[in-house]
Amino acid sequence: MSARNKIAIVAALVVLGAIAPAVVTSEFWLNWLILSLFFSLLGIAWNLLGGYGGQYSFGHAAFFGVGGYAMAIGQVHGGIGPWLLLPMAAIGAGLIGFAIGWLSFRYGLKGSYFALVTLAFAEVFRVLANSATKLTGGGAGILIPLEPGFESLQFTTKIGFLYFALILVAAGLLISIWLEHSRFGARLVAVRENEDAARALGVDVLQVKLGAITLSATLAGLAGAFYAQTFLYLDAGIAFGPAMSVEALLAPIVGGIGTVFGPLIGAFVLHLVAELARHVIGDAPGLALALYGAILIVMVLFVPRGIVGLLERRRA
Amino acid sequence: MGYLDIVIPSLVNGLTTGAIYALVALGLTLIYGVLHIINFAHGSLLMLALYGVFFLHARLGLDPYLALPLVAACAFAVGYALQRSIVGRASHGRDENILLVTLGVSVVIENLALAFWRSDTRTIETPYAFETLEFGDVLVPIPRAVAFLGAFAVAGLLWLFMSRTDLGCAIRALVKERQGARLVGIDVDHVFGVSFGIGTACVGVAACLVLPMFYVTPQVGHAFVLVAFTVVVLGGMGSFVGALIGGLIVGVVESLSGLFLGESLGQIGIFAIFIAILLFRPTGLLGQKA
Repeated sequence: MSARNKIAIVAALVVLGAIAPAVVTSEFWLNWLILSLFFSLLGIAWNLLGGYGGQYSFGHAAFFGVGGYAMAIGQVHGGIGPWLLLPMAAIGAGLIGFAIGWLSFRYGLKGSYFALVTLAFAEVFRVLANSATKLTGGGAGILIPLEPGFESLQFTTKIGFLYFALILVAAGLLISIWLEHSRFGARLVAVRENEDAARALGVDVLQVKLGAITLSATLAGLAGAFYAQTFLYLDAGIAFGPAMSVEALLAPIVGGIGTVFGPLIGAFVLHLVAELARHVIGDAPGLALALYGAILIVMVLFVPRGIVGLLERRRA
Repeated sequence: MGYLDIVIPSLVNGLTTGAIYALVALGLTLIYGVLHIINFAHGSLLMLALYGVFFLHARLGLDPYLALPLVAACAFAVGYALQRSIVGRASHGRDENILLVTLGVSVVIENLALAFWRSDTRTIETPYAFETLEFGDVLVPIPRAVAFLGAFAVAGLLWLFMSRTDLGCAIRALVKERQGARLVGIDVDHVFGVSFGIGTACVGVAACLVLPMFYVTPQVGHAFVLVAFTVVVLGGMGSFVGALIGGLIVGVVESLSGLFLGESLGQIGIFAIFIAILLFRPTGLLGQKA
């Protein structure tokens, strides 16, 4: 599929999303739509590094949490406006991504070791956030005061949040399309496929990986900022806990790793399944996540290239 | 003297907890050494074993130490089945896929446990829980002494098994040369299953030894799994002696940093070691160069 076609699909999706509130009037499904878009964004972020770069992070919550906490702490303690904080949260998360990437890639950590070290970093952040009670509120969490209005980035209706999410997801998709067709993206895929061969051809492996993790973390930070602004609440478990890291990698794996639309498709399918499951087996704690785990196992065992891979094979 | 009065019990605590860490890490390092996979489900399998011990005690009144052979055998069966049915089929040529599958297994086990048993903290009461042994001025609670000795006994048995039996020999052959082992007629898939089973059995033994002085919740695996990873990377992936020494070091570091920095920041000490080792010496203290 050419870049132009993909951009056309993104445009169509944006239009579809924009007119969705005319059809979807129930608060419940509007919320579902916003959440699915949010998880798409998180998945798109993970996919930039994990999908195109082949570096599987098990700790994307670290970047998500940094973005979220930047948003929350900046408003509550710093008195900074949320519109200014939004780029700051993204940049802050990007810097953390760069730092973690620099530390781990410089020493040639890859594969399982990289997954472990990202997980450990997320855990360190979780413990630190839990201990820094003055800034984060510790176990009680941090609340962003409710002041609905455009300048406080708190929309009075769900539709406002939907459009906000839609813009972020569209931006994420466009970045993915750019990556697929750019020189940088080609180098990144070369590193994924064969690091030594890429290096032999003159690719600066460290630089390429650092670029990917920074971009990925920036986007994850935006997702965190969006989350904080939507729910107006954050604690260390939500921000840096393993659940968010699992969500981040699950959507691309289900949808199709290293593809533009994989994370989007994955997030929507997963949350549809979760919703259905809730109707069928009830709302016991943990059941939805257990189902996610089962889906993860089934996908890796039988459909390693995800839904997009399945569709492509059907067409070929 | 007052200073030592605090430090020595803390040191004893650290060493005995460290022995349990070593036991959990021994299973992890065996699985890594043979199969070259990092088993993310290790912590949740420990949690499952802890629930097993708990229910054997609560429903049948079986003492955790007497339940040990049964729990270890069940854990072996679970590990063997897991490897043969799921984990062994997942790779598709990329190690990351195995990592993902074991992550999936741990998510399933943990959340099913949460759904069935809720997040209540459960403990058992044993008559010897508060008995102590005296070594001069130092008091060691009996469960801790048993855990310490038990962990080393299991490590010794494991060493004997690996060095003296045909199956152990086959496992070592697999570690050295996978294709060669297949060529001389070793049933590779079976031996992989056995290795995974023994690794899981270690966790079963650890569960029996640890429950008399600990608790069980669906999330309890988290407390152990990152620590076990730390121990394994500290000692060197695949190294038995490294796992034992690493476990003791980590136990002592945790206990002492908890004493000096406070409970919540004490955990940071472990993660700091973990990240530092992964960054600067990923082959560990005793591991071979990759």
